[in-house]
Amino acid sequence: MTALSLKGVNKSFGAVQVLKDINIDVEEGEFVVFVGPSGCGKSTLLRIIAGLEGPSSGTVSIDGTEVTRAAPSKRGIAMVFQSYALYPHLNVRGNMSLALKQEKQKKEIIEQRISKAARMLNLESYLDRYPSELSGGQRQRVAIGRAIVREPKLFLFDEPLSNLDAALRMNTRIEIANLHKQLSTSMVYVTHDQTEAMTLADKIVVLKDGLVEQIGSPMELYNDPCNQFVAGFLGAPSMNFLPASMINEGDNRTLGVRPEDLIIDDQGPLSVTVEHVEQLGGDTNLIVRSDDHQLTIRLFGQHNIKENAQIRLNYLSGKTFYFDADGSRV
Amino acid sequence: MTTQTQRTNIASAVLMHGALILYTLIALFPVFVILINSFKKRKSIFNDPLSLPNADTFSLIGYETVLKQGQFFSYFQNSMIVTVVSLFFILLFGAMAAYALSEYRFRGNRWMALYLALGIMIPIRIGTVAILELMVSTGLVNTLTALILVYVAQGLPLAVFILSEFMNQVSDDLKNAARVDGLSEYRIFLSIVLPLVRPAMATVAVFNMIPIWNDLWFPLILAPAEATKTLTLGSQVFIGQYVTNWNAVLSALSMAILPVLILYVIFSRQLIRGITSGAVK
Repeated sequence: MTALSLKGVNKSFGAVQVLKDINIDVEEGEFVVFVGPSGCGKSTLLRIIAGLEGPSSGTVSIDGTEVTRAAPSKRGIAMVFQSYALYPHLNVRGNMSLALKQEKQKKEIIEQRISKAARMLNLESYLDRYPSELSGGQRQRVAIGRAIVREPKLFLFDEPLSNLDAALRMNTRIEIANLHKQLSTSMVYVTHDQTEAMTLADKIVVLKDGLVEQIGSPMELYNDPCNQFVAGFLGAPSMNFLPASMINEGDNRTLGVRPEDLIIDDQGPLSVTVEHVEQLGGDTNLIVRSDDHQLTIRLFGQHNIKENAQIRLNYLSGKTFYFDADGSRV
Repeated sequence: MTTQTQRTNIASAVLMHGALILYTLIALFPVFVILINSFKKRKSIFNDPLSLPNADTFSLIGYETVLKQGQFFSYFQNSMIVTVVSLFFILLFGAMAAYALSEYRFRGNRWMALYLALGIMIPIRIGTVAILELMVSTGLVNTLTALILVYVAQGLPLAVFILSEFMNQVSDDLKNAARVDGLSEYRIFLSIVLPLVRPAMATVAVFNMIPIWNDLWFPLILAPAEATKTLTLGSQVFIGQYVTNWNAVLSALSMAILPVLILYVIFSRQLIRGITSGAVK
C-alpha cells in the first residue's frame, strides 16, 4: 500500500506557479527526502501534504484515502516544524498530550504513549518543564515526541535540523534515522542540505523551480544523475564542471567529474595551478585553477602539496558525465 | 576609553532619570493638590491651597457631603459598569478582528484594515449629533448601553491596529502545529494566540480605560439621567454657576482616582508579566 501518493499536484500563488505537475509515491515505511535549493517549492509541497495549504489542482492520497480537501488533523499525519513550534504556555507533557486530548483519547492511553515517546527520546526527566527551560536540541526532541505520540501513518519533517548547531545536527540526524528504524512508519522530510538527504533517505526527490528533477535512491542519484543540476546538487564537495573542449577540441558539451574521481597524473590532459590546499586529516582537498575554471580535487589521506604548484590531472575513466547546453545528460 | 564611556553612561543616565523625575513631578502635581485639599476645610483651600492639611485645617467635610449625597455609589457603579464592559468588548472584538486581518488572506483585507484604522484619525465626537439622533430613534438615550456602544466604537480602531501588529509576530509554525494537532480556529485564537499577545492586550486596555472613565462629553449628552450618571458627570452637581462646593468636588475626584488606579495595577501587572515571560522564552 502506498503511504502517500501525489498525483498531478499544481500550486499557484496568483500568477506565480510554484509547483508544476508533481507526481510522487511514497511506499509504506519509506523515508523520502525532498531536497532542493531555497525557493524550489519543497516546503509548499509539504504544506500541501499536511493540508495547511490546498493544491490548485491535483490530488493527495494518504494510506489509500484521498485527502485533498481534508483538514490537517483528519489526515493521520504528524508534523515537525523547523522552529519547533512548541506551545509556550504548556509544559512538555502538555505539549505532547494536546493532540491526543483533542482526539478524546483515554487518559491511560495518553499517559502510556507519552511515557513511551519520552523513553525513546530521553525526555523522561523533562516532562514537567516548559519549552523556555529547554535547550534547542531538547525542544526539537519534544517536537518529535509530540509527533510520535499521535502514532500517525505519515511523519512530515520541515527542515527540522536547520536551527541546530553542527554537532547537534549530526546527533539528531542519527536519532531520526534510529527512530525511523524503530517505528518503521513512512516519513517525508524536507531539507536543503544534501548531506541530510543522502544519509537519511531511502528515496530522494530533487526539486528545482517547482519541478521534480529526479527521483531515486541516494546512490542512484549520485551515480546516475539525469541532469547537470542533480549532479551538482548532490555530493560534497560538489561535482566539477568544465567545457569538454578543454580536453577534446571541438566538443561543445560540459564535462562533469566528481572531486574524488580526479587524480594527479603527470601524463594527464589537464594542466592546473594549485590555489589552495585544505588539509582535513582524513582527506585533502585541492582547489585548483585552469584558465577561468576552478576545480576541486579530493585526495584520500594526507598529501604535502604546495600552493601555486603546477600539476597535471587525469580522471578515472567511466566516472565522467557529459551534459549538453541545456543541462541534460548525454 | 572605558572610563570615559562609563562616565558618559552615568551622565546620560542621570540626565534621563532627571528628565523623567521632573516629568513625573509635573504630572503628579495636580493630583497631589487635589488630594491634599480634599482633606482640608473650605477656608484653608482658598487661603493656602498648597499647604498640607494640619490639625487646624483638617476636615472630612467634603467626603461626608459626597457620601451623604446618596447617589454617589450609583454613579460609581455606572462608571465601573461602563468602563469594564466597554473594555471587555473592545478587547474581544478588537482581538478577533485583528486575528482575522493578520491571519487570513481574503479579498479586500488591506482595505478593511485601512478602513478600521481610519477611526484612529477621525475623532468620534464629530459624529455626536448623528449618534444622538441614532440613540433617540433606537430609544437608547439615558441607558448605559448607549455609552458602552459608543465607547466600544471609539476604542476599536486603535485596538485592531495595535493587536494586528502583534498578532503578525506570532509564528505561523505555531498556529500550523495547532492545526495539525486538530485545534479549531477558535481554540487556536483563544488558547494559543491570545496568551502570546497578552502584553498588547494590556496596553490596549490601559489606553482605552482612562479616556472612558474620565469622559464627560458622552455621558452628558447621551445619558444625563440621574440613574445613568457616571462619576465624572455626577461630580458636576457640586460645581454651580455661582457657588462651587470645592470640598465635595475635590473629594469626589480623589475617590474617582482609586478604581482606575486598581484597574491600572491589574493591567500593568499583565503587561510586565507578558514582557518578562517573552524575554525568557
